[in-house]
Amino acid sequence: MGAVKPETIRVEYAEFHPRWYRPPVSVYWWLKQRQYLTFILRELSSVFVALFVVMTLFQLWALKKGPEAYAQFQQWLQSPLVIALSIIGLFFVVFHSITWFNLTPSAMPVRLGGKRLPAFLVAAPSYVAWAVVSAIVAWLVLR
Amino acid sequence: MARQSNEAFFWVLFSAGGVVAALLIPVQLFLFAIAFPLGWLPAPSYEHLMALVRLPLVRIYLFVLCCLSLFHWAHRFRYTLYDGLQVKHLNEIIFTLCYGGAVIGTMVAAYLLWTIA
Repeated sequence: MGAVKPETIRVEYAEFHPRWYRPPVSVYWWLKQRQYLTFILRELSSVFVALFVVMTLFQLWALKKGPEAYAQFQQWLQSPLVIALSIIGLFFVVFHSITWFNLTPSAMPVRLGGKRLPAFLVAAPSYVAWAVVSAIVAWLVLR
Repeated sequence: MARQSNEAFFWVLFSAGGVVAALLIPVQLFLFAIAFPLGWLPAPSYEHLMALVRLPLVRIYLFVLCCLSLFHWAHRFRYTLYDGLQVKHLNEIIFTLCYGGAVIGTMVAAYLLWTIA
């Protein structure tokens, strides 16, 4: 390369951004470890939370229209595809509840006498509240 | 992306929605979408449900449940797309679709619950 004159060499300098270096991450990074997958599944539970609201809105709409529309709505809920989606949805919303309650000890550490309460004692009241609230809702609906 | 000052507000909605959804959705989904359609439990009559929905407290309950759950979804789903798919360039569209959807859903819930009885 000694024969090339310096003025003929074109050099393009990259701007120096030391803080910009980030190793490229695959779009499928969340498939690489079980914890990552659990994290994404937890986040995706929100989709089923939204779908539940959509179902509730349809239910209210059917109730508003009258008994016939409501019977149709009930029939729609009985179709195999909707049942399958409901079962998947139940899995996800229960997953959301459990992960949410288990986060309480990290989000709100409770101290008693200078010592941190064990995580399960902080999460336990949430589970009790869950059971009580579920029982009240079921009682009101089934009464 | 939202300005930093909005972030806390959206996070409070997300977190309140998370609590409401965690406590209330499993039992309702189990009853209405699984136990009643499959005949595991006797489904409540139309009249019974209408009587429940006529109670102002039940309507407030349903409104809060729908509204906060939707804002919970909007926040979480937005960040799932952000982290999972690395679609930074679509941030503004995703923001609008998520919160826009939550606002529309809330308005539909308000309309239905206001006019149902």
